[in-house]
Amino acid sequence: MNHKAKVVVAMSGGVDSSVAAALLVEQEYDVVGMMLKLWTGECELEANACCTPESIGEARSVAVALNIPFYVIDAKDIFKQHVVDQFISSYQRGLTPNPCFICNQTVKWEYLLSKANQIGADYLATGHYAQIIEDEVHVYHLLKGIDEQKDQSYILAGLTQKKLCRTLLPLGKLKKNDVREIAVRYCFNVARKPDSQDLCFTGKSGYRAFLATYGSQEKSPGVIRNVAGETVGEHQGLASYTIGQRKGLGSGYKVPQYVISKNIDLNELVIGTEDQLGSKSFQVSQINWISGFAPTHPKEYWVKIRYKANPVLCSVEDINADALNIVVENKIRDATPGQIAVFYDDNEVIGSGVIISTEGE
Amino acid sequence: MDRIYLDYAASTPIDKRVIDEMLPFFSTVFGNPSSMHYFGQKAEGAVELARQRIQNALNAQDYDVIFTSGGTESDNLALRGMALKERNERGSNRILISGVEHHAVLATAEQLKKYYGFELELLRVDVNGKLDISQFINTIDNNVAVVSVIYANNEIGTINPINEIAMICRDKEIPFHTDAVQAVAHLEINMSSNEIDLLSFGAHKFYGPKGVGALLKKKDIELLPQITGGMQERGSRAGTHNVPYIMGMVKALELVIDEREFDSTRLKILRDKLIEEVLKKIQGSKLTGDPVDRLPNHASFVIDGVNGNDLLIALDIAGFAVSSGSACKVGNPTPSDVLLAIGLEPALAMGSIRVTLGKTTTINEVNNFLSALAQVVDSIRKSKSGVL
Repeated sequence: MNHKAKVVVAMSGGVDSSVAAALLVEQEYDVVGMMLKLWTGECELEANACCTPESIGEARSVAVALNIPFYVIDAKDIFKQHVVDQFISSYQRGLTPNPCFICNQTVKWEYLLSKANQIGADYLATGHYAQIIEDEVHVYHLLKGIDEQKDQSYILAGLTQKKLCRTLLPLGKLKKNDVREIAVRYCFNVARKPDSQDLCFTGKSGYRAFLATYGSQEKSPGVIRNVAGETVGEHQGLASYTIGQRKGLGSGYKVPQYVISKNIDLNELVIGTEDQLGSKSFQVSQINWISGFAPTHPKEYWVKIRYKANPVLCSVEDINADALNIVVENKIRDATPGQIAVFYDDNEVIGSGVIISTEGE
Repeated sequence: MDRIYLDYAASTPIDKRVIDEMLPFFSTVFGNPSSMHYFGQKAEGAVELARQRIQNALNAQDYDVIFTSGGTESDNLALRGMALKERNERGSNRILISGVEHHAVLATAEQLKKYYGFELELLRVDVNGKLDISQFINTIDNNVAVVSVIYANNEIGTINPINEIAMICRDKEIPFHTDAVQAVAHLEINMSSNEIDLLSFGAHKFYGPKGVGALLKKKDIELLPQITGGMQERGSRAGTHNVPYIMGMVKALELVIDEREFDSTRLKILRDKLIEEVLKKIQGSKLTGDPVDRLPNHASFVIDGVNGNDLLIALDIAGFAVSSGSACKVGNPTPSDVLLAIGLEPALAMGSIRVTLGKTTTINEVNNFLSALAQVVDSIRKSKSGVL
């Protein structure tokens, strides 16, 4: 008997994952839909939060239309522990974490993959806009999606060979408009649903309100200094500030002031004028090279320091086995500790690392 | 793929004979039973006849039959309707329910505690889920507004000594309700030889339609209605009667009672084979609920080191429909209250599986299920110990 390859598709009830499931059915995979029920705190019923009864209903109706089984898998505890608690404690340490990146690494491509293994699935599929290509020596390459506007390779840059070889990304060669058209062709109710924007667990009120509710209530005020080292004020805790931030620094300055850097060890906030903002180098650790091997350095790449940041040309130098120094030609203004730097060679993701500091003129 | 359904405690298909009984009441006899004219009279006649047929089927001439939307509504009406009425009349403020009730009873009682100020106590059960009678006798007093104990447990199949419990309540003159949703399909219930005051059931557990049920209520007892409006059901439950569904429920009840002895004998043989083989074949498996006093179609287990929901998914993909407990709790990751109440460790309680057989279940289906279960448990255990 000829067994079809079995694939678990992560379904959210949104357009992308619904179309991903449909395409896999068209490609004659044996498709099983799963939705992770994540921890959503008190915003459980907000329309934008994930895994609401409404989105479960939408995913269910897509599954029925495609005649595939669909299961809701509880992942509240594991998500809370690996993503939410990390998010809260990182912020409290003055870092700016990227919970979606961490969720992909520790929940979707770990917990959900283990559920896929339990039912003997060969692959895990998602509705991300990125491509995975296997070369002739069976190395898997992670590439940007065809749709530059929607490209989500950044958020997948924490995946390893072991995970990429088990992953299918059916939307990688499609544009968002094509995806919507396919959804319309299938008469999916979700065809016109807007893309989700907020973090799935903080809801509409945003991450500041979330941190105010769930973070430690203890304020850790500290000193605000200017670039020259003079004390110019007091802050209410580094967690409330992001590098490049202009609002909320108090008034009475002659020229607009920006957060230049945060000294987490001294609990000090450094502010300055626009021209003082930015740095020509930053340092990253927790490096993940997609190929599994570090390329020989120095080498030039395009680096993205946030999901929606424009890539800039950089050179990568080894500091030690666990850390890299990234040097850019023009100052970057908002490299922020905790955020993810992703290195590209043209359209291919070479690797990623977590920004640990921003030093160097 | 040939799919095998082994979740008859969750729901059953409607018997063809039941559908035939229902059909005229969708179109020919469509009137509103509360209307005065010919059409209304026909419909009302049917409903009243249905009421008598239910009384006859259960020997319940001393009971009012209140038609509801199902077992859950009957439980709600009995508990809330009784508790509020009793407090109003007698000032009694305590509610006693067993620790292994269906959520229809538990959540209602918890709401009565939280929003109406009742004291709620969960009665102790033994390791098989049977009510601890001596603790119950020590707990019940005049200040109790209502006692509710499940007749036969949906998750673990254990049958309670309901007549004995009812008698204790009668001695103390405390109203006694039992949720008989699982029991009606399988156990002989003779309302003229017990002291039950209120008994709930829903039709879809015995090959009748979903969305219809009844509460039997001793005629001398008064309840505070929970759905108010018209004077249907003598004021106990407002809302136009669901005539076709009521007719279907009556027919289904009559059929299930007629065929019970034959079905039960057959189901018990299949059930015992299933239990014996699971305990023998699946390492780390343990029967939950009473080994003897259990529903004839009901087998339930916990399996060490296996998550019940994972097991369910894997079995479903292999073509076997079973449950991990109550269908009303799917997606809820916390271990079942019922399994904790019978003293299982939370980790072990997460590995629960319920297999319930029905009229058309065959020995072949049971055998196929047994080999699928062994395979699935094996592969889940292997994938857990393996590297990702």
